Amino acid sequence: MFSCLKGKVGEVLLPGDEFSFEADDTISLTEHVKREKVVCGPGLRRSGDRLVVCKSGVLRHKQPNMFWMDSQQRRYVPAKGETVIGIVTVKSGDVFKVDFGGSEQASLSYLAFEGATKRNRPNVQVGDLVFAQFIIANKDMEPELVCMDSSGRANGMGVFGGGGLLFTVSLGLVRRLLAPRSEVRSDLQQLFPCELVVGMNGRLWVKSSSVQQTLVIANLLQSCDTMTDQQRRQLFKRVAQGAL
Amino acid sequence: MKDTPLSNCERDFLLKAIEEKKRLDGRQTYDYRKMKITFGTDYGCCFVDLGKTRVMAQVSCELVCPKESRPNEGIMFFNIELSPMASPAFEQGRQSELSVKLNRQLERCLRNSKCIDTESLCVVSGEKVWQIRVDVHMLNHDGNLMDAASIAAITALSHFRRPDVGIQGEDVTVYSPEERDPIPLSIYHMPISVSFAFFQQGTYLLVDPCEREERVMDGLLMIAMNKHREICSIQSSGGIMLLKEQVMRCSKIASVKVSEITELISKALENDKKARKAGGRCGFAESLPQERITALKMDETPVEMTDVTDRANDIVRKAETPPQTVPSPVVPVPGVGQVGQGLQNTWGLEEDDEEEEEENDNSVNEQEDKVTEMEEEQHEKEESGREDVVEISDSEEEDVVILHPETPDKAPKNTGSSSQHKGAATSKKRRK
Repeated sequence: MFSCLKGKVGEVLLPGDEFSFEADDTISLTEHVKREKVVCGPGLRRSGDRLVVCKSGVLRHKQPNMFWMDSQQRRYVPAKGETVIGIVTVKSGDVFKVDFGGSEQASLSYLAFEGATKRNRPNVQVGDLVFAQFIIANKDMEPELVCMDSSGRANGMGVFGGGGLLFTVSLGLVRRLLAPRSEVRSDLQQLFPCELVVGMNGRLWVKSSSVQQTLVIANLLQSCDTMTDQQRRQLFKRVAQGAL
Repeated sequence: MKDTPLSNCERDFLLKAIEEKKRLDGRQTYDYRKMKITFGTDYGCCFVDLGKTRVMAQVSCELVCPKESRPNEGIMFFNIELSPMASPAFEQGRQSELSVKLNRQLERCLRNSKCIDTESLCVVSGEKVWQIRVDVHMLNHDGNLMDAASIAAITALSHFRRPDVGIQGEDVTVYSPEERDPIPLSIYHMPISVSFAFFQQGTYLLVDPCEREERVMDGLLMIAMNKHREICSIQSSGGIMLLKEQVMRCSKIASVKVSEITELISKALENDKKARKAGGRCGFAESLPQERITALKMDETPVEMTDVTDRANDIVRKAETPPQTVPSPVVPVPGVGQVGQGLQNTWGLEEDDEEEEEENDNSVNEQEDKVTEMEEEQHEKEESGREDVVEISDSEEEDVVILHPETPDKAPKNTGSSSQHKGAATSKKRRK
């Protein structure tokens, strides 16, 4: 199965495509049999002894044995450990309710900030933007956010947002921006200096030196969602020449 | 479902951008978004796209009793539906404030301006009049629903055709569209509404606000005008204080916009009329772009062409010669000559194929060799019953290996092309 999965990496697959152990998968009696482990990421599901694709997209592979479906969607489903941009909607007592674009609003305790104590409350108003990560995110419970990591440090999370623009893009673009050697990010770096906060719920926050530049970057990112690499590079080049 | 709340930073940014005369999508202050008008297959069905805002209007008519106060006038009925598909903030069935407001504005714009001649809708005074019903559905909400709704409503009314009516004494006959051509409504003028959004207590104004701009605006001024520069209705909401000069300026801008929009509407109606007359296909489905995923179109892929000629020559050289058919005519019986395909096939063993297909029952058999051997033995025994059953499978994947050819001296059945193909496959296999 590992080999046939490897063979399909980079191909477009549709829900219902399945991978199963081939009929003539021979097990050699003389060689040492290696235990093959295949880790299924999002979009792949195991049903019985077959691996079924449940989202349409491109099959991707990461060493040593991780496979997942890279699909395009705009609706965010919360997952534990992911950092998102949320908007505070309700401030009631000890808990803030934060909207992150999911089916429910997440709760954020006022103690979940760096250096927050019962006396020293964080300065969070209704309508503020927070960059937080999920500690509880499953379909049975209300999602919970925190603005600090496990050691108690903020690590870039918390309230932010003066002077920038918030807009939504698809989840695929967000993942491409957050990839380790992202081409979109490197192209963007050559354009204007800007501050960019990327939330995995599809929300981006941009701040640049002027309103015009911020608007340009926001429109660029929203439109390069559905472009190929070639088209995107051309677009960025045109903007760079036009701006100069 | 609740709509996404507007964050403070978005609000601040939008207001700051408006102060610098910049809009989110790069428009100028007085620019409308791209407008597109398309029609459905029925008369009276119209779709209007204003940027991403999408609205559909449908006009229908019915014969009813008139109102007692106006016995010789037809009835106009307007209805705006805020469908939940337009925005998560709209709920099905609930009469929200926005929906009441839009309904009232549309009624004032179209009914009170008397743009439709209602007296022409009368059939029998006091007894039967036409009731024209306009239903406007919001399909996507990206701001400025009122403008889109008014354009859709008036365009649909101009596009609509009502059935012809014949009166003979007391009898009223309504002719169907097949019997007599339907008649358009008599429309005096086309009132179009233009919306202005005000920010910072009336200091800045924007035409055609999009959804985010609508959320941060202080107030809205809606002016309904026709192209003859007659104001049909003015409505100001949000409680902002407007100066006289501002209202005058807005009405001047509105008259320019209205003339542009009316021109666009008449062009769209013209195109549709031409398309219908020419018999071409018209309607909603045709107006959508043809981006079919099943179309047999592939992008050009680069092909390696360096050693193509050598490889082609190689293949030709190494290929086997095609089988030679018997050139001379065959004489089965004195006096009868036969050339080409027919009773005697030169592939041979067409009967064996049939036999094996019946036995294998269309399944790919890996142990074909053994089966064919057994079948060869059974073949002689079952020859007598062979003529009755003719079962040919169309599956071309059957690799049937014939070990030794049968003498083709019996009358073979003419079974059609599939067995000829089978014969080809078998002969190739034999040669291997």
